[in-house]
Amino acid sequence: MSLLELNEVKVHFPVRRGVFFDRVVGHVYAVDGVSLTVEAGQTYGLVGESGCGKTTLGRAVLRLNDITSGQVVFDGTDLAALPDEEMRRSRRRLQMVFQDPLGSLNPRQNIESILAEGMAAHGIGADRTERRARIVEVLEKVGLPADALSRYPHEFSGGQRQRIGIARALVLEPDLIICDEPVSALDVSIQAQVINLLEELQDSLGLTYLVIAHDLAVVRHISDVIGVMYLGALVEEAPSDLLYAEPRHPYTRALMSAVPVPDPEVEDSRERILLRGDLPSPANPPSGCRFHTRCPWRQPERCDTERPDLVELADGHRVACHYAAEIADGTLRPTRELAERILPEDEPIGAPAVGDEPSAAPVEAG
Amino acid sequence: MPLLSVDELKVTFAGHGRRATTAVSGVSFDVDEGQVVGLVGESGCGKSVTSLALMGLLPAKGVRVEGRADYRGTDLLSLSPSRLRDLRGTQLAMIFQDPLSSLNPVVPIGVQVTEILSRHRGLRGQAARDEAATLLDRVGIPDPRRRLKEYPHQLSGGMRQRALIAMAVACAPRLLIADEPTTALDVTIQAQILELLKELVDQQGTALLMITHDLGVVAGLCDEVNVLYAGKVVESADRRTLFAEPAHPYAHGLLNSIPRLDAPRGQPLNPVRGSINDQIAWADGCAFAPRCDFYTLDCLQGTPELGPLNADAVAGHQVRCVNPVREPLAVTTLAEVGAGGDPPAEAAAPKGAPKTAPKAAPKEETSE
Repeated sequence: MSLLELNEVKVHFPVRRGVFFDRVVGHVYAVDGVSLTVEAGQTYGLVGESGCGKTTLGRAVLRLNDITSGQVVFDGTDLAALPDEEMRRSRRRLQMVFQDPLGSLNPRQNIESILAEGMAAHGIGADRTERRARIVEVLEKVGLPADALSRYPHEFSGGQRQRIGIARALVLEPDLIICDEPVSALDVSIQAQVINLLEELQDSLGLTYLVIAHDLAVVRHISDVIGVMYLGALVEEAPSDLLYAEPRHPYTRALMSAVPVPDPEVEDSRERILLRGDLPSPANPPSGCRFHTRCPWRQPERCDTERPDLVELADGHRVACHYAAEIADGTLRPTRELAERILPEDEPIGAPAVGDEPSAAPVEAG
Repeated sequence: MPLLSVDELKVTFAGHGRRATTAVSGVSFDVDEGQVVGLVGESGCGKSVTSLALMGLLPAKGVRVEGRADYRGTDLLSLSPSRLRDLRGTQLAMIFQDPLSSLNPVVPIGVQVTEILSRHRGLRGQAARDEAATLLDRVGIPDPRRRLKEYPHQLSGGMRQRALIAMAVACAPRLLIADEPTTALDVTIQAQILELLKELVDQQGTALLMITHDLGVVAGLCDEVNVLYAGKVVESADRRTLFAEPAHPYAHGLLNSIPRLDAPRGQPLNPVRGSINDQIAWADGCAFAPRCDFYTLDCLQGTPELGPLNADAVAGHQVRCVNPVREPLAVTTLAEVGAGGDPPAEAAAPKGAPKTAPKAAPKEETSE
């Protein structure tokens, strides 16, 4: 059974104006109808650029933002409908690791006090000694020495602080951990340490992760299933390797081609789709397909009027594009005015983004 | 003769009552005319301080800058402030990481661009405004005449960076220094800016000194790469050599630790252990020794020299290590099935990770 199920979740923030009347003059459509399923023991990666609503969605699962509409079903209970006190109690099972490890740890509390606070709030451990024993055990799991207990956040390096953030989530024995940009504040050589730690913990404790990040390479490494978000909605969802081999949504392809690969051979030879322009404002999203203003494959009428649904193309591969099939088999070609494509001359348009033998990858959807 | 030749650049910050901090402890590299040279390293390695020192932007008080930086025969580090001001803008220009804080928030873009044109090229009034519009147009800002009247906050991050680039190239500098120009931007915008920089380099023959932590950016853009660690260049090579056969254990470890977009799932990463805090002074030996997998007692016999890897090394491939890694980097990519990656590569994984084993497996999953 799936552990977490989001059903048409919407989070709209009102835009207010006026001193006396406090009128609502519009909404920021931060998350606008996202449905996804996270299986127990798996890692679901949410990827997208800044402003696409991925963080808001993660916070909405914990009800750190109000949910405008939709359901967040966690282990059979709809969190969106829970009274506040029950929601507070169920947060023991849903924990979060934040992006900025220094900003999310109170500088005036020592590590023991930071970690014990959540345990006290949820009634874990009868007294201080019992809690301390548990904390020491968790600290060891995340690779911190036991003498960290009496130290303060500023005494640790960035990577160690992120380990403390992970330990804070772990002491409550959660089922689901939402990791919001867990490594983006860390140096490259430290990122790998934290990523490996997250994976080890998942293996030994059977955790489920919802990982939110902008770095597609990190998300692809850590996730079983990846959802790509654009302007508040999922545009594509697929198992990690499949998403790389056969990206079907034009945005996914552009995003993938924009991620630099530390390999000159790959960098020189691969397909590059340069998107023109910037992300439109989520307060005033484009009509129809949200991506049509920047899409190299845009077709007249249908794309700017009709909003595409997320349609299952193959097992576990969902795409929100009217023309996904046509783009994949090459019958639809990108229009030059919207995109600059730099790619080897002989490569067919529908081929996967990188690789010497793109045709080796079997095409799935007809 | 190279356009810019930096020789043993050293920057020390006076500690207020405490020990002085050496941010750059002897960096040497060359930039040739029209070349793209990368300075790569993690936070604290001295890459930004190097660029600020070259541009003369470090505060005069409390900072000691030593060494030489020859730009076409003149030493940038010993120039008078007024001579340097003439060079900056016309010959040397710089783009910074955060475009919002490098632009004046209360002055329209147009005024900021024309300011440079009047200071260095003597353009005034309508002529300056026309030239400014042309510049904005060239860096891909749509509707440049309207944008000239706008303030920085009205522009998106990508547009601000474009405006900064327009200002930097206004006087067709010979050398452009870009300090993390795309770090604050989203990947699709980053791709646009990198493409723009490439175009400028190609069209104008501008040399580019690219300072970044992102090895992916370096792989796509730079001709020559210098890897910095703890304020010294530890390896320098052309990009193909560096990425295929990194010889310094730090460069090797760094490349091994990055999750690659095109790698199959299920392989553990090989992180570099410890953190930048675990380092010893260069005077006592190799600063990387405490984190190094190939560490021996020889590493503590004074500062290792930057020298050629061995007799038959690729020209210009230099390493600062007494015990360099000899094997090429082991990388498995999803696209590699059937391509037959080199078998000895497996031995290069320092922690004996099963690098080549799952090669065929992920492809199977994909097709089901």
